[in-house]
Amino acid sequence: MDTLRVLIVDDEDDFRETIVKRLNARKIQAEGAASGVRALEILKDKDFDVIVLDVKMPDMDGIETLRHIKKLKPEIEVIMLTGHASVEFGLKGMQLGAFDYVMKPAPLNELLDTIGQAYNKKRGLIH
Amino acid sequence: MERNYRKLWWQHCLAIIGFSVIPLLFVNFSLYKLFDRIYTEKVMENLRNSAENRRDAIDLFFSERIAQLFTIANTNTFQQLTDEDYLNKIFEIMHAKSDSYMDIGIIDSEGHHLSYVGPYYELLKQVNYKNEFWFNEVKANGIYISDIFMGFRKAPHFIIAIMVRERSASWILRVTINLKNIDDIIQKAWTGTLSDAFIVNRKNVLQTRPRFGGNFLEVPAFPEYTSDSLKSHPYPDYSSIVASKLERVTYSGMDAFFAAVPIHNTKWILVIKENPDEILSPLVQGQHWMLLFTAAGLAIIATGAALFTNTLINRIKETDRENAANSDMLLQANKMIALSKMAAGIAHEVNNPLAAIAEKAGWLKDLLAEEDIAGSKNFAEFDESVDKIEQHVGRARKIIHNLLGFARRMEPAKEKIDVNTLLDETTGFLENEARYVNIRIVKEYADNVPVITSDLSQIQQVVLNLLNNAIDAIGHDGTVTVSTRYHDKTDEVEIDVADTGKGIAENDLDKIFDPFFTTKEVGKGTGLGLSISYSIIEKLGGKLKVQSKVGTGTVFTILLPKH
Repeated sequence: MDTLRVLIVDDEDDFRETIVKRLNARKIQAEGAASGVRALEILKDKDFDVIVLDVKMPDMDGIETLRHIKKLKPEIEVIMLTGHASVEFGLKGMQLGAFDYVMKPAPLNELLDTIGQAYNKKRGLIH
Repeated sequence: MERNYRKLWWQHCLAIIGFSVIPLLFVNFSLYKLFDRIYTEKVMENLRNSAENRRDAIDLFFSERIAQLFTIANTNTFQQLTDEDYLNKIFEIMHAKSDSYMDIGIIDSEGHHLSYVGPYYELLKQVNYKNEFWFNEVKANGIYISDIFMGFRKAPHFIIAIMVRERSASWILRVTINLKNIDDIIQKAWTGTLSDAFIVNRKNVLQTRPRFGGNFLEVPAFPEYTSDSLKSHPYPDYSSIVASKLERVTYSGMDAFFAAVPIHNTKWILVIKENPDEILSPLVQGQHWMLLFTAAGLAIIATGAALFTNTLINRIKETDRENAANSDMLLQANKMIALSKMAAGIAHEVNNPLAAIAEKAGWLKDLLAEEDIAGSKNFAEFDESVDKIEQHVGRARKIIHNLLGFARRMEPAKEKIDVNTLLDETTGFLENEARYVNIRIVKEYADNVPVITSDLSQIQQVVLNLLNNAIDAIGHDGTVTVSTRYHDKTDEVEIDVADTGKGIAENDLDKIFDPFFTTKEVGKGTGLGLSISYSIIEKLGGKLKVQSKVGTGTVFTILLPKH
């Protein structure tokens, strides 16, 4: 049976680590990356089903990271996490191929729903 | 910056009047002076002509008389003329065509009155003229015209005498001139009702009776009649002039033109006096007209200046008001931009820790769900605390999202909206709530409100916000009036939300659109509603305005462009 594999990309350690723990507790194979660069390094070795990507990060921001991800592994669904004031970034992310965007801080249920939808979409695409 | 419009008004008005009036007065004054000079010159010239004309008439009169006397003397013999019957016949002939003479007499070189025809026969026939002043004059000069004198007859008269020399003997023909002749000539110079003319001799003694005051052989003077006495003011003395003299004389408060000309045939001076008031009356009239025109001109200029300045000042006021409104709006817009940037920054900075707290709380909750901890005696306390943390994170999240809403810059949708229907729907949400606190929602819609193109949900959000505020402002028992209007000139739709609530203090009025400004109790309002409404309406190209009076209520006005 396939396990849902999720990569959480966020520079906020407490947030990232906790959400990884909580997803793991829900039988989701989650991993964290502290930056866009780190996420791309991890992606070279591993595959994921869904990536949750914070828009605003130092060095390489979410939009930039999204571009690289879509180049590298276009089949992975990306959910933008907009802690930033503007919905614009979320929308822009969707234009660049992100699945959806979620306003931060979002309750875990909401995020899980969106992750589930993204996963379903990806599987639907593969099969 | 408040201008002093009153001062500005006066400055402009006086400047216009000054620049118009000074040239007007200058031109009028110059024209008047020119006119005055020319007219006065003309009047003086006329006076001189008149005087010389009278003088010529008098000279002609004397020349004719002398010629006639010589004719008589030379066409009749001494013997014939000493015959009084004959002389009478001659006098009849002389008298037939004119009444120039009063009497005629023939006198021998010894002064004996040989013959006489005239009214003083008894008195004069016997006299001897040998010692009379004129007798020697005529003997010496051949011709003599006397001044007025009383003579033997004791009445003012004057004579012409000529000396006729026949062989060795010589005799004198003497006539008395009827004074009326001279008077007739002189009186023709009385052109005005106040003009006068008279003759003086070389001793400044009157030879004719002037029109006003004075008599023969007196010094010419102007009579002044006062209530109880008669005073005389002597006229200027022209007795010694040798050529025509023309002048304007002011004496004893009187003002007069005088023309004096010497008469050639006699040693007399003809004096004509004119009253300037009369002779210059056209000038005085002109002066009055000029004053009238100047006054009218001044009135027109002053009125024009006042009206023009009014228009100008009103325009300046309007521009100032517009500028002030524009700068107010600009200020508000700038404030909004700055605040939305700040709001976005704060939202982001708070968001991340908030997200971490939420996740940590979530994790705690996950852990609490595990069996072994559930059995601990403080489990209920842990559980409640985590719930509370989540609840308050939720609350903070809401505020952050509101802030983001304020800061959001999204392209508004473009839909066709029937404003009245939109208001019906929106008020529908709140009617129950309002009824519960006894607040009536009155709708006063205009029929001619057109369908507008705008963002329905955003307008709805704003109206809902305003209605909520209105209900909050009233509390209970009152009326909220929702009305619409269409301004066809500006092509705008106006929505008014008026409440009968407590009103907004004047100090607060300019702050109500600022984010976080609230008069509600802590925790009850975020202070973002009106600022979000303001930025929404502004983004839709409209205006959100407020009018309020403490104790009466508040009216919020939304102006939306048709497109």
